[in-house]
Order: sequence, then C-alpha cells, then structure tokens
Amino acid sequence: MSLIQEAQARDGGLTSRGAAARPAAWSVTEQPWAWAVAVLLLIMPIIANGFFLIEIFGTTLILGTIALSLMFLAGYGGMVSLMQLTIAGFAGYMVAVFGVSGNANISLGWPWWLATPMALVLAVLFGTLGGALAVRTEGIYTIMITLAIGAAFYYFTNQNWAIFNGHTGINTIATPHFLGIDWRMDVAFYYLTLAVAALCYFAVLYLSRAPFGLALQGVRDNPRRMAALGFNVNAHRIAAYAFAALIAGMGGVLQVWNYRQISPGSVAVERCIDILIVAVVGGITRPVGPYIGAFIFVILRTFALDFLVKVGLDGNRFRLLIGLGFLAIVFWSSDGVIGLYERWRKRGERGEARTRPGGHGHG
Amino acid sequence: MDRVADRLSALGSTAALELRGVTRMFGALAALTDITITVRPGERRAVLGSNGAGKTTLFNCVTGDFLPTSGTIRFFGEDITAFPPYERIRRGLRRTYQISALFLGLSVRDNVYLACRGVSRARFSMLRPSANDALMQAAERLIEAVHLTAVRDQMVSELAHGQQRQLEIALALAGAPRFILFDEPAAGLSPTERRELVEILTSLPPHIGYIIIEHDMDVALRVVESVTMMHNGRIFKEGAPHEIESDPEVQELYLGGGHE
Repeated sequence: MSLIQEAQARDGGLTSRGAAARPAAWSVTEQPWAWAVAVLLLIMPIIANGFFLIEIFGTTLILGTIALSLMFLAGYGGMVSLMQLTIAGFAGYMVAVFGVSGNANISLGWPWWLATPMALVLAVLFGTLGGALAVRTEGIYTIMITLAIGAAFYYFTNQNWAIFNGHTGINTIATPHFLGIDWRMDVAFYYLTLAVAALCYFAVLYLSRAPFGLALQGVRDNPRRMAALGFNVNAHRIAAYAFAALIAGMGGVLQVWNYRQISPGSVAVERCIDILIVAVVGGITRPVGPYIGAFIFVILRTFALDFLVKVGLDGNRFRLLIGLGFLAIVFWSSDGVIGLYERWRKRGERGEARTRPGGHGHG
Repeated sequence: MDRVADRLSALGSTAALELRGVTRMFGALAALTDITITVRPGERRAVLGSNGAGKTTLFNCVTGDFLPTSGTIRFFGEDITAFPPYERIRRGLRRTYQISALFLGLSVRDNVYLACRGVSRARFSMLRPSANDALMQAAERLIEAVHLTAVRDQMVSELAHGQQRQLEIALALAGAPRFILFDEPAAGLSPTERRELVEILTSLPPHIGYIIIEHDMDVALRVVESVTMMHNGRIFKEGAPHEIESDPEVQELYLGGGHE
C-alpha cells in the first residue's frame, strides 16, 4: 500500500512541477508519439510474423488488459487487488464450461455468443462479491484477502472435477467463427485483442474524468471526506471492483481463446503476482502503464531464457531477471516506467526554458 | 420505538440540530458526557473549550464518523443517530475539518465538483460532464465565492495553506446546506485571510445555521449569536457572546488559561 501511496505522492510532485495541472489522463492527442504507436499497432500484421504477432504483441495486449483492471483499482481507487488474474481465469473457465471444448462431459456446448456474455456476467459477479469482501479492509489487508481469494480459487480448481476438471483442466476449447472469419487465425485474433485492449484502455481513460472515476480518486485520496460529501464510499469501491472485473474478464476470455485450454496452472498464485509486477513495472498512475509493463514482461519471459543460456546460466532463471528488473524499477521509480519517462521529459522541458512558476514542492 | 410518537415529536420540533444526552466513550474514557444542545434553524453558534474538551468529538458524533455510545441526535426533527455519514450529508448537514481533508491528487475544480456531485443524483455516472453541466457551473460559482478562481486548475497539493482552508469551506457549501459544522476554519490563517473568512461566514444566506469551533475569539465572537462552552466533555456554560466573554468562571477556565 505504501508503494501505491508513494507513487501517488510522486505523481502529485511531478504535476506540481508542470505549468498547468495535468490530470491523470494521458490521452492520445496529448502525446504526438502516441499516434505513431497507434499506427504501428494497426499495421503490425504487415511487419510481424505469426510468432511475434501473437506470442509477443497479442499476449502483451491480453496481459496488459488484465493488468489494466488492477491499475484501475490501485491507481484510481487505492485498492491493490491480487485477484484480478483469478477473475480473468474464472471468465476463461466459464467460457470453457458454457461453450464447446474437448471435455464434452463438462462443457454445455453453448455457442460463443451466449457463452462469452455469460462468462463476463459471472466474472463481474465474482469480482463484485470478492470486492464486497475486500472493501471491508484497507491497505495490506486488501492485498491479503484478495490473495486469499486467488489462492482459494486455485486450490478449488485443482480439486474440483465436476466443473473445473481438476488439475488437468479443460482442453481444445472452441474459438469463435463469425462473419466468415476464424477469429483464432493469427491476424484476425491479433486485431480482436487490439480492439478489446483499445476499448478497455479508452474506457478507463474516459472514466477517469467522469463522475464515477473522479469519485473513485476522491475515495483514494480521502475516504472519510468522501463520506462527508455524501458519497457511500463502500458502494463506490464495490462498483469499481465490478468494473475492473469486467475488464479482467474480457482479458480472460481472450486468454482462453489464445491458448485454447485452461488449467489450474493458469490461475496459480504466481500468475496473480505476475499481474501486480506487470502493473507496477509499467506504472499504476496511468492506463498506458500496464501495457508497457506487459510488453517488458513478455519480452523478458520470451527472450530471457535464450539470453541466459547464451551467457551460460540456467534458462529457467528468467524469473531472476524479471525480479531484478522489478527491484530496479521499484527502487528508482515507484511509479514505474511511466514515471521514469515523465521525469525524463520534465527534465528536458526544464532544460529548454526555465519558466516554471516556482512551487517545487515535494517529490 | 413508538413511531407515531416519533413522528409527532418531529412535527413539533423546529430545531435544526438537537442532541439529547449524547455520551461517547472511548474505552473507559468519556469524551462526551450527557451533551444536550438545541440549535434553531439559521442559528450561528460557537463551541469553545480547551483542547480535549470534546469539541471535535461532538462534531464527529453529529456527522456520524463515530456513533454516540448513548443519546439521540435529531436533524430537522429526524432521528439521525444511527445514520451513516453520507445519509446525514444528503439531508443538508455539512462539515469542515480542522486539518484540511482535501483530495490532493485532484484539481481545485474537481474537488469542488465532487462536493457538488456528492449531494446530487447520479454519483455513479459514467458520462463525463459537459461544459455547461449545471453541477460544473455550480462548482465554478463556489470556487469564485471562496476566491480561488485563479488557481482552479491547479492540483490541491500545490495550493498555499490559506487557499486549502478556503477550499475546505467551499466543499462544505456545495449543494443546499442547511446546517454546517466548521472545525477551526481560521487555523493557520493570516490576519488578512481571517478577515476574508469572517466575510464569507457573515455573508452566508441567513437560513444556513452553523456551529463553529474556533480558538480565535476575534473570529468566533464576531460571527455567532450564541456560545456553548465545553469542559472535559461536558457543557459548562451557554449564553450570548458578551455574557460568555465577561463570565469570570469562563475567563478563569479558558480565556485566562494561558494555553489555547
């Protein structure tokens, strides 16, 4: 929790150096290079082959979307939830259970356009109930209770054979075919993940300036005062969990379509913590942070193995690299890569023109 | 409880705020003992007393931050003793804090807008307000009323102390307040800022009553018509400002006490 608060404080300190206040909205229009990234993402299938397109960029977008749900809760709501991957995994399991899979004794065989909304509704329900438990706690206890939910779900999927098929999980899950397109084909699936990621990203960005998002930031900064302004603080927090669950659920549906199988390993406790690492490394003060974090994470996960083998170390130590990177980021920039970039940019601005109207403040 | 009797007594009651036998214990320590106060609508009252007299605890009980251990609190006749804070606020009660309780990560405008939104409908709205949104305009007017127009786009963490105190008041004026609790609004203000504060308080619409906790007698006694003295969690004396000021017991206990 202190990490988050520190990040918030640092963020406040940064903006205090800016000439005008820049609220937490990093819209595409404010960042000229963001257009370049957008164009690059759109024409990616021309540049990248199947492996890069799905294993790197598709996976980044999916992981980033799940981490975005944590960013929304932690960055705007001050609530660190470690159950976001569990919600995503739950949505994935529900797609498998309600839809079509190789385990005909479990799957109900609904068409994808029924199974997917059902999975999302149940994921939101899961997130709302988990949130209703978690909002009764603050800070480290929120982390503990959401981690407990994640761990409980992991062990439950391991032991339940009737719905979750125990430790073998559910395989050969059907993916959607519509408009004459097989959406599991590389290019189609890439554009699907890009569309969902963009939808979630812009939804969070938009919401951050809408009354609901502003009130959430108010709850983060001072819950007691929010109550003294007429807000039902816990109801607001639970609603935030519900919205975050919808985002995580969408990421989970894409995840299961990507791998076409799901097993307890997909919802293990380490996976839950990976989401936290992704969000913190990228930066939890802006919606773009989780995607940057996810990109770094996926690149490391994919290439660190080869790199380590090349320098004569055990390839399985790639988590060591991720861990060191995580430590370095947290040590030098509590608001992640985004924070590093912002400080670097601010330094550049200050070098050009020293016209800052004082007020260096803290940070 | 007898609900008919409850409603009848509510009809007969004209008090804005009525506390009956309010006691608040913290463990074995009684922070408030048997407090009974009646404040008329539009009445402006100061609550004085040394540190630890129970003034802020009294506010916390009225706004619902703590529930009283015993006793009842009525707000315009309605029994609000067990209401959560936000239900009291939605009925027209407001408060400010001794130590500014603002949203440091948001701009001045967003702070005031949230205050306006909190006492209106659609608190969960997922649509951004348009430029001519009624609440946004109400927020602009409030910002102007507390002289913060020049800094309205700045982060609250950037504001000077005096400006934060003014914003603190603006948040309490949002919507349609019927009764406000001011907790040391002049704390840390310069003499000029104190004069502005007195001006803001005296220019409030007459139907808005308030209770003010204030150590600065120049501020407190100029903006109120009645005074309640508290000591060790009990009401010690009540009266008009000049009576309290000239009361030898009060002078002994409080004014001449040397410490704030």
